[in-house]
Order: sequence, then C-alpha cells, then structure tokens
Amino acid sequence: MTLPNTPRITPELVAEHGLKPEEYAHFVKLIGREPTLTELGIVSAMWNEHCSYKSSKVWLRTLPTKGPRVIQGPGENAGVVDIGGGQAVVFKMESHNHPSFIEPYQGAGTGVGGILRDVFTMGARPIAALNLLRFGDCHNAKTRRLLAGVVAGIGGYGNSFGVPTVGGSVGFHKRYNGNILVNAMAVGLAKTDEIFYAAAAGVGRAIVYLGSKTGRDGIHGATMASAEFGADAEEKRPTVQVGDPFAEKLLLEACLEIMQAGCVVAIQDMGAAGLTSSAVEMGAKGDLGVELNLDAVPCREEGMSAYEMMLSESQERMLMVIADGKEAEAEAIFTKWGLDFAVVGRTTEALRFVVKHKGVVEADLPIKELGDEAPEYHRPYEEPADRPVIPPSDVRTSLSVADALERLIASPDLCSKRWVWEQYDHLILGNTVQKPGGDAAVVRVDDGPKALAFTTDVTPRYCEAGPFEGGKQAVAEAWRNLTAVGATPIAVTDNLNFGNPEKPEIMGQFVACVKGIGAACEALDFPIVSGNVSLYNETNGQAILPTPSIGGVGLIDDLAHTMTLDFKASGELVLLIGKSIGWLGASAFLATVCEREEGAPPPVDLVAEKRNGDFVRALIRDGIATAVHDVSDGGLLVALAEMAMAGHLGAILEAPPEGMDAYAWWFGEDQARYVVTAPSSHGVELIRHAQAAGVPVQKLGKTGGDRLILPGDRSIIVESLRDRHETWLPIYMGAS
Amino acid sequence: MKPAVILFPGSNRERDAARALRLVAGAKPNIVWHAEHELPAGTDLVVLPGGFSYGDYLRCGAIAARANIMDAVRAHAAKGGLVLGICNGFQILCEAGLLPGVLVRNARLRFVCREVVLRVERADTAFTKAYRKADLIRIPVAHGEGNYTADEATITELEKEGRVAFRYARPDGQIDETDGPNGSINGIAGIYSEKFNVLGMMPHPENYIEPEIGPTDGRGLFESLAGALKAA
Repeated sequence: MTLPNTPRITPELVAEHGLKPEEYAHFVKLIGREPTLTELGIVSAMWNEHCSYKSSKVWLRTLPTKGPRVIQGPGENAGVVDIGGGQAVVFKMESHNHPSFIEPYQGAGTGVGGILRDVFTMGARPIAALNLLRFGDCHNAKTRRLLAGVVAGIGGYGNSFGVPTVGGSVGFHKRYNGNILVNAMAVGLAKTDEIFYAAAAGVGRAIVYLGSKTGRDGIHGATMASAEFGADAEEKRPTVQVGDPFAEKLLLEACLEIMQAGCVVAIQDMGAAGLTSSAVEMGAKGDLGVELNLDAVPCREEGMSAYEMMLSESQERMLMVIADGKEAEAEAIFTKWGLDFAVVGRTTEALRFVVKHKGVVEADLPIKELGDEAPEYHRPYEEPADRPVIPPSDVRTSLSVADALERLIASPDLCSKRWVWEQYDHLILGNTVQKPGGDAAVVRVDDGPKALAFTTDVTPRYCEAGPFEGGKQAVAEAWRNLTAVGATPIAVTDNLNFGNPEKPEIMGQFVACVKGIGAACEALDFPIVSGNVSLYNETNGQAILPTPSIGGVGLIDDLAHTMTLDFKASGELVLLIGKSIGWLGASAFLATVCEREEGAPPPVDLVAEKRNGDFVRALIRDGIATAVHDVSDGGLLVALAEMAMAGHLGAILEAPPEGMDAYAWWFGEDQARYVVTAPSSHGVELIRHAQAAGVPVQKLGKTGGDRLILPGDRSIIVESLRDRHETWLPIYMGAS
Repeated sequence: MKPAVILFPGSNRERDAARALRLVAGAKPNIVWHAEHELPAGTDLVVLPGGFSYGDYLRCGAIAARANIMDAVRAHAAKGGLVLGICNGFQILCEAGLLPGVLVRNARLRFVCREVVLRVERADTAFTKAYRKADLIRIPVAHGEGNYTADEATITELEKEGRVAFRYARPDGQIDETDGPNGSINGIAGIYSEKFNVLGMMPHPENYIEPEIGPTDGRGLFESLAGALKAA
C-alpha cells in the first residue's frame, strides 16, 4: 500500500489543525508512520474538543443518566425516554455559538437544522423546538444585529422545516459581547420499537450517502468551535455552513419513509466533522471497518479533494447502512423526494477506516482508536471561591418597591420576549397547548390526551457567583417550570457553555457546575439523557458567564390537568408555597436596580425543592390550584406581576411578614417557591394539606381589580405595567 | 365529502389541514402527491396546505403553481369545484392564476405568528355559511409573506364584487391596514374567485379547531364546507 506523502506534515500544519504536539505524537505512534494530509484532517476532526469532549469527558461520566424510563442515554444522536403506550420522546440540545456570532442568520439556522437532524436520525418525527439564547449588553453596538439575525435564522429554519418553536430563554450580559450563545433543542416522537441507532451491523453492506451535495462550506467548523476567538473572528465566516431547511424537510420525510420500509440498518447524520465523524462512528460503534470511495460522493463543486470532502460540514446530509436487498427500494424513495442517493462505501471486517479517491488510498486508519484513543484530559482546576452572603440590610436603593418592579419588568432580561417568539411558528402541527410566555411549553402527543412539557433554563448570574449552587439551580428551575404546568419531570438534556478549559479557574467553574447539576438531577429523579459541551467561549481572553443550559422534559398524562400562570378570577386566594428568607445576593433586583453583581447565589435545598414541587403538582392534579407560577428571576413581586399581566387582573397584596425587609420580601430569590391561586373555598383545605406535607405556605392576598395594591406603596395599574413589559424589546429593536 | 390535500415538496401543514377535515367535517382526505396528473375520482374539495413549497426560495408558490397536479386543480376549479388555499396554498393559487393579485413580504419584514381577529365579510359562500356576516373570529397567522397586493383595478373589482372573504380587524371590528399583521391592502386576509368556488386565505383556521388546544373559531370554515358538500 502506498499513501500520498505530500505535502509533508510540518509542526505548523499540525498546529493549524488545532492538535497539540503531544496529541500529534500520540497519533503517529498509534499508526506507526507519518499521516497523510487527509489523515491529519481526519484526526484533527475526531480529536478536537467539540467532537471528542476531551476536557469534559471525565466529569460528564459522573452525571446520572439512568432511570426506569430511559431507553437511550448520552452517546447516541439524541436521548430516548419512554412515555408509555409504546411511544418515546427523543430529544437533545446543542450549541451553535461560534458560527452564530460570525454569521447570525446562517449560524443559528444551521444550529436548528443540526439538532432536528439528530432527532429524526433516531426515527423520531420532530414535534417541538426550543432554544436558549444569550447576547451581549444591550448597549453593545453588535447586540441588535446579532439578536435580529439569530431570531430570524431560527425562525427561517424551523418555520420552513415545519416544527413549532414553542419555548426558549433570551438574556443579555456584557460577558457575552464577544461570544453569544445559541443553544437549540429539538424534541421528537418515536415508537419504542422503531428507534434507529448509529451502530453499523453486517459485513459488506452498502453505506449510502443521502441528502444535499457536499460543498466546501464549513471545512473545519468543529475545529473553529474548539478554539477561542481573537480579533479576527469575523475572518472565519467561510467556516460557517449555509442552511437549506427545504432540503432538510425532504430529508426528514424521505428518512422516515425509508425507515418505515425497513431499509435502514444504521443511520448517522453528518453534523460536526461531516463524513469523517459519521462514518467512523457507524463503524466503531458496530465493531466494523468502513471503506469509503469518495469518487461516488455527490459534490456541489468541481475538483474537491479527499481532504475537503472528509472535512466539509455541508448541511442536510445523512449516512446509512442499508439492509441487504433493499438498495433499490431505498433509492426509489429518495429519488421521489428529489434527494441525492449514492453508495459511497461498504462495511468491512477489518477494523480499518479506509478512504479512497481517484484510485489513491488517502487514508487507512484504525477505526476504533480514532474514537477510543482520543485524548482525555484531567485538566487542573481551581475550586471557585465562595462569595460573601449579602444581608438585606446591605442592600439600598432610592426606588420604592413599586418603582423597582416597574424597572425590573421592563429590563432586558425580564421584559416580554413576544417580539422574539412571534417570529417563530409556534402553532404548526396543531398540538401547541401552551405557547411561549408561560413557565413551560405544553405540546399534545398526537391526538392526546397525553402531553409533553418543555423548558430551557439557566441563571448564569448564579453560576458565576457560585457554580455549584448555580448548576443545581439550573436543574431545579427546569424541574420547577415543568411542575408549574402540571407535568411530571422525566429527563434532561444539557448544553454546557463555558470558557477556555485550559484555564484552571474556568475548569473550576465547569467542574462545580457539573457537580451541582449531578446533585440536582440525582435528588430530583431527573436523569440526563443527552447533551453537548461548548468550551472556549472566549474572545480576547474574556470568558462568557458559565452557562450550563438545561432542557427539561415533562410528561402529562391528561392535558385536561395542565396549569397556566394567569390569574383566573377575582376574589381568589393568592398563596406562596415554599420558604422565604429574602435572599438578595446575586439577584436580578441587585443587578438591575442596584447595579451590583455581588454576593453568593441563593442556596438550593433539593429536599425542599422536591417536597414543594410534588405538593404543587398534586394541587394541580386534584383541581385545587387555579393558577401556578414558579418564583425565579425578580422574586415574588415579579412572579405576581407576571400572573396579573397574563390574566389582565390585579390583586390586593398583604404586607411582608413581621421583621422581613420589604425589598428582600418582594424581590428576594429564595428557591423552591411557587405562587398559587385557589378559590377561597379551598383555602383552609389547601393550607391544612400543606402543613401536613411539611410544605411552607403563606397567604399573599386576593385577586381582583385592575391593579396590584401594595401596602404602604402606590398601587400599580396592571395594563400600564403590561405596556412597559411588552414594549421594551420592540422599542429596542426599533420596531413599532 | 371527498377532499384531496395536495402535497408539494416543502408543504408542512398538510397534516393540520387533514386533521381539521377529519375532526370537523368527518372526512377522510386523500393526500395527493404534486407529481400526479389526476385528482382521485370523485374529489369535491381540493386543499392546498400551508408550508414552504420548494423552500419558497423563488417567489412564494411560483414553482408549485407549475406542478403537474395543478392542471387537474385548474380543471376542477373550472368546473366549479371547491378549492381552498391556506397560507402557502393562497400564494400558490395566486401564482397559478386561480386568484388575482400577489402576496409580498410583510410590511414589517418579519415572519409573524400570532392570533389575529378576522371579520367575516360574507356568510353566503360554501366556505362561510356556518358564520354570520361581520362575525369577528380569532384565527392565527404564521407567515413572512402575507401582504396582499394587486393593481388598483383588481382591488376595485374585488371590492365591487364582494370577493373579499376575510379582513384583519381590530377587536372592535374596525379595519385598519396599519394594524394588521402584514400590511395587506384594505386589510385583506382572504379572497374568492369570481364564482366563489376558490378561496385563498393567509390565516390558519385548521389550527383553531379543538377546545383542548385553544380557541375554535376555525371550525366554522370546515363546518361550512361539510354542509355545502353534503347538500350538493
């Protein structure tokens, strides 16, 4: 066998491929010779941070990933969880941060496309999309353009593909000025006995390439996602892929049809690192070798080299192993949908990954080792320092409680995000029971009565102030949001966004957040079934806030028992479930009203979290609660205001408890709390039940009128508050 | 009732339309592939569903309007058969010459998905008999290019002949084009053909039919069709 030996592999070339000298040395030792350029490209694609999780793997293994409902945990294209009745929910979240900063429309759109593909690759029809977005300071010159582009890109892809985008989270902070976050989540529905996996089976079977043609776009996209940005970030635009939601929609329909027809043995989408990673994964997972013949790969451009084809990240492509004797049937289905179908290789017995092009063997590598021997680092880390607890007496403002509420409700983080989600088709498929704007989205399963609830959450402010509690809180808040709509939380996907892991303080944030996430998932029976890690979110040495996004999924047996947050009727009791001590450290109030980003974040008592949540879920199930809202950013008064605005109905509120500071009471962010309304006639019973269950409960007031009446302060007209809440973002975006 | 829902590459609300026909009108719709030349025998209603046919990379609906099946749809319409085009279906009907005018980018240049109020302009057609004239109904829109426009003569003719089916209205029933979701002339949300057997509309009545999901003001349209085709 002869392999091409030009160009020579120099240390510069190795460095350009993002490989450390010792990583390269390990590779050379592994294959026993100097690699070809194509081989260097292949290994750089397999061993970069994005594909190999080399910095995070040792910590990810500590997360709880099992549960009675879990059919497939992390390691496949998406997680799979049993929802009964022979059906499974299939979901995952993934980042497209770097491309979205460089080219927001295409970057965000292809992020959506990639995650949808992960879901339908497993045989699931997508039923919902969500996202979690973080932008720079609203005064930053780039923020408007990035926000407009990302939102249009997410809508442009999802709307055309035909999946409802039902929920998300949008926030702003100066630490994202040079590195925005675009985390996209997709959810699909499959039959439990018709799930498709990546592992190839059977020697000599055809490996088929499906979908769009391969072009020169996105070469080294995964490598870009594995490095910090410098001042030259925008020069990396050519590494951003271009999305074609129309092709993806055709690919979806063709894939589901071909699966139904029993043609598919294994399937893997071509995402990061394209043909390389999909082919290697299929072979390695199935204990088979793979031989590719690149002459057969459908190309968009002429004269593409083996190197370019192996590293292209052109979108809307799939690789499949086809069942014996089914090639013609599979091809007919793809031709009907107008998609490319080409046999590009075979499975082999030898555990080698062989790539041939124009009669030349461009690569011949051990297939298992490409994945298994990827570097794995125990990176040094620093334990994050504890921040001081800020007592309410240290927090001062000249604003009254009413003034502070008005400021918070119209602040970039807490204002209505209607301007964003009205650009997403959130109604298509006709199953959206609760659209964006509530605690969690609720989507009916087929014709019901079952439904699923979805939410994406994280409070980066807390993760920065105390990564362990912040990690716990992200999970707890997702769990709480699902609970607030009446769902039983069943599983989690995560998207861990951090800075450069080679810096011990960043690695320390990562480790503590993962520990916090693990502790909360364990305590709340909320296993992690899929996820993604995005590191090197830094520009010019400035890291983002640690942002471990949590995507939560909950199950509702009968959608008649779902709950919304709006006040329903006058004269109802308004109650607080959960204990308040008035925690203002790291709160939205402290940041927005006092302009201080200080203090330890609120501790999360996971036992109380579970107890209080289970109690609230029972209130919903038993038809006692008429509205439920979790208390999070902005604290109690913001939660009450959101309920009032949604219901177009005011409330008469009682004074804070004896000895409690007014700001701490109204704006403290103690965890494990919900505001609940109930008819007065249920009041005594509810309070008795709560006490019996050991759940703290406190009367806050009664619904009624057109304003929020605060004792000892001016009253606030609900509609004018609503007006402030709704107009900040449209005005900021320069829209009427 | 024997409806056919046409499936173009990129259609994505065909299931929603089929479900509405099934649940409200009790029909069993045929899904017909765009490359076919004939409608199933006995088809009495053709539905062109929402979506992004051919990605809408060219003018919306322009390629779908030239699909094989559209000759059969034109023939069906010429015989007085009922045709309903929703959203992308409306765009296709305009491109196919079955309805006048065109749908251009929304005035605010953004995709918009939200509930709107529609005023039912007449309640004596096969599509609207279950409503009353001037009813205000809540129906969602979801489109980026729903801004209806046509030359002045066409608009005058449509108005004179009473061919505006629905208009975007304020909650009090007043029509104000600057208030609508897309900037359409005269608040036009849907129009009829000369013989009132073809209706094109941007809003999605098929998504507002079930009380478990939300408002049900879209039912009237499918109830009307069921009634009209039962009587025929």
